[in-house]
Amino acid sequence: MIIKDIFFELSLRNIRLNFLRSLLAAIGIVIGVVAITSIGIMGANMTLSVTAELSESGNVIMITPDSGGGGGTGPGSGSSSSDDDEYIDDSQLRDIEKIAGGENLVVALYSESDSISVGGEDGHASIYGLDPSVIPELVDVEEGSYPVSTSGVVVGPSLAERYDLKVGSRIKVGDEDEGQSTVKVNGILEEKGMSMDLNSDNAILADEKWFTSFYGGEGEYDQVNVIAADIDTIEALEDEIDRQLNYRDDEVKIQDSSSMLERISESLGTITSFMTAIGAISLLVAAVSIFNVMMMSVTERIKEIGILRSIGTKRREIRRMFLYESLLLGVIGSVIGAVFSFIGGYTLTFGMIGTTDYFFMPESMIYIPIGVVIGVIVCVLSGIYPAWRASNLDPIEALRAE
Amino acid sequence: MTPEPVISLRNVTKVYVLPSDEVVALDNVSLDIRKGEFVAIMGPSGSGKSTLMNQIGCLDVPTSGDLYIDGRNVRDLDDDELTELRRDKIGYIFQKFNLIPLLDLMENVEYPLILKHKKRDESGYPGKLLEMVGLEEKRFKHKPAEISGGQQQRVAVARALVNDPAILLCDEPTGNLDSKTSSQIMDILSELNRNGRTIVMVTHEDSIADYAHRKIVISDGRIVDDN
Repeated sequence: MIIKDIFFELSLRNIRLNFLRSLLAAIGIVIGVVAITSIGIMGANMTLSVTAELSESGNVIMITPDSGGGGGTGPGSGSSSSDDDEYIDDSQLRDIEKIAGGENLVVALYSESDSISVGGEDGHASIYGLDPSVIPELVDVEEGSYPVSTSGVVVGPSLAERYDLKVGSRIKVGDEDEGQSTVKVNGILEEKGMSMDLNSDNAILADEKWFTSFYGGEGEYDQVNVIAADIDTIEALEDEIDRQLNYRDDEVKIQDSSSMLERISESLGTITSFMTAIGAISLLVAAVSIFNVMMMSVTERIKEIGILRSIGTKRREIRRMFLYESLLLGVIGSVIGAVFSFIGGYTLTFGMIGTTDYFFMPESMIYIPIGVVIGVIVCVLSGIYPAWRASNLDPIEALRAE
Repeated sequence: MTPEPVISLRNVTKVYVLPSDEVVALDNVSLDIRKGEFVAIMGPSGSGKSTLMNQIGCLDVPTSGDLYIDGRNVRDLDDDELTELRRDKIGYIFQKFNLIPLLDLMENVEYPLILKHKKRDESGYPGKLLEMVGLEEKRFKHKPAEISGGQQQRVAVARALVNDPAILLCDEPTGNLDSKTSSQIMDILSELNRNGRTIVMVTHEDSIADYAHRKIVISDGRIVDDN
C-alpha cells in the first residue's frame, strides 16, 4: 500500500515539519487551479446557456437579403426582378411561401433601428414591423394584450424595464428633425432570451401597416423567417429556397440557428481560452514556488540524504521520497483549489451570465477534475529536477554536510 | 585454521582528481580482514583512513585494484548493487550518530529492514535490539533529538545490527561522547565481537583502539603498521 510506504511517510513528516512553508507553496497552486478552473467553468456555462437559448429557435430558417454582391440597382428601383437589392421583394416572398407550403409558418419582417423617446428620455431600439396576426405565433404577452390598433405595439421586457414602460405608455419613434410617430404600448412580452430570428426582448413589435406608413418601403422586407413545423425538414427547405432564389446570383442569405451557434461557440471558445491562458500564468508562478520549496527541502536535508544513502537507500527511493513531497503539495493545493473553484466558478458564472442553471451539468463540472489534474501535474513536474538532484548527491559529500 | 576473509583489498589505489592536481589518498593497499576480527584503523588526519573506510563501506569504489566484500568485487557493481551491499552486508556506526530526525527511535532501527523487505517489520526484532543495547521501552517512540548522545549511539548500534550485517563499520564511534558513555558503547561493541561479529573501527584514540585485537596504522595512504 502506498500509504504504508516509508518514503511517503518521510515526505509527509517533512511537510508537517515545514508546515507554513509548504502551506504557502500550496496556496500558489490553489490560486492557479482556481483561476483556470473557474474560468473554464464560466466558459462552459456561457456556451451551454447560448446553446440552450438558440436551440429553442432551432426550427427557424432566417432569410436575409445578400448584400455581399454589391452594385446593381439601388433599393429604390422598385423592380421586382431579382437584382442585388437590399431587401426581399414580394415575388421572392411568394416563392418562399410556395416552397415552405402550408404547414410551415412564413413571417416577413421589416426592421429598423431608430431613436425613441419615452417621457423625455431618449434612447435607441430595434423596431420590427410585421403582420399583427402572426405576432401571437412568435411571442407571448406577459402583461396587456397583442396590438389592438395600427399604432398599438408590444415591447420586449428588457426595453420595458429600461424605460419604465407600462401598458398604455406612449413611445415617440424617430428623430425629432425627421418627423416622429407616436405608438402606444398594448402589451409587454415575456422574456424570450437570445434568438436569431427575432430578438424581441429589446425591441418594439409593431404592425407592418404602421411601419410602412412611417418608414415607407412597402413590399421591401428586411427578413423572412420560415418556422418549420418539422425540424427534420429544415435542410430540405433550405436547399430548395437556395436553389430557387439563388439560381442565378446570390440573392438571399439563408441561415439557421446551427450555423449561428457554431460561430458563437467558436468566438466564446476563443475568449475562454484566452482567459484560461491568463489564469495559467498564475499556475506557472505556483510552479516556480513549488520548485523553490523543493530545492530548499533538498538543500536542508543534504545530510539526511547522505545518511539514507549510506545505510542502503537507493537513488530511485530518494527520488520517490522527494516526488511524493511535491505530489503531496500538489494534491493538497489542488483539492483545496477544487473546493474554491466550485465557489469561484459559481460566483463568476452567476456574475457574468446571470444564471447558474447549467452549473452542475457535466460539461461545466468536468473543469474541476481537469483543474485538479493539471495542478497535480504542474507540482510533480516542478519536483522532478529537485528530486533528481537529491538522488544524485554523492553520499560521502552529503554525509559531510552540516 | 583461518576463516575466509570478509574484507579483502588487493592493491587498492584511490586517486582524487582535483582541478589543479591529483591526490593519492590510498596507495596500493592490500589487506585481509577475516570473520570475527575486531580491527582498529588508526592514523593522523589526512592519512587516508577515512578513504579506506569509505572503500570498505562501499560508499566509494577504488580507482584501481580489487576490493572484495563478503566475496563480491565492488568494482563490478553499479550504484544500485553497491547500495544493496551497504544495506545488507554493512552496519554503519557514525561519530555523529546520524539517526534520521524525522523517524522515531523504533522506526530508525526498523528502517533498514523496511528497505530490504519493502514492508513494515512484523517480527519485533528492532525492539529486541533496542532492549539489547540498553534503551528503555518508554523511549522507543521518542525522536532522536529528544535523547542524549549516548542513547542515540545505542540506537545507531541497534540500527547497524538489524539487517544482520557481515561487517560492523564504526567511524570514530565515541568521538562525540564523554568517557563514561564511550566505555559503555565500547563494551557493547566488545560483547558483539565476542559473539562473532566482525568489527572495523576507525579511531585516533589509543584507549579506544585498545578494545580491538588488531591495529592497522595508516600514513600517507599506506599501511605502516599492522599487528
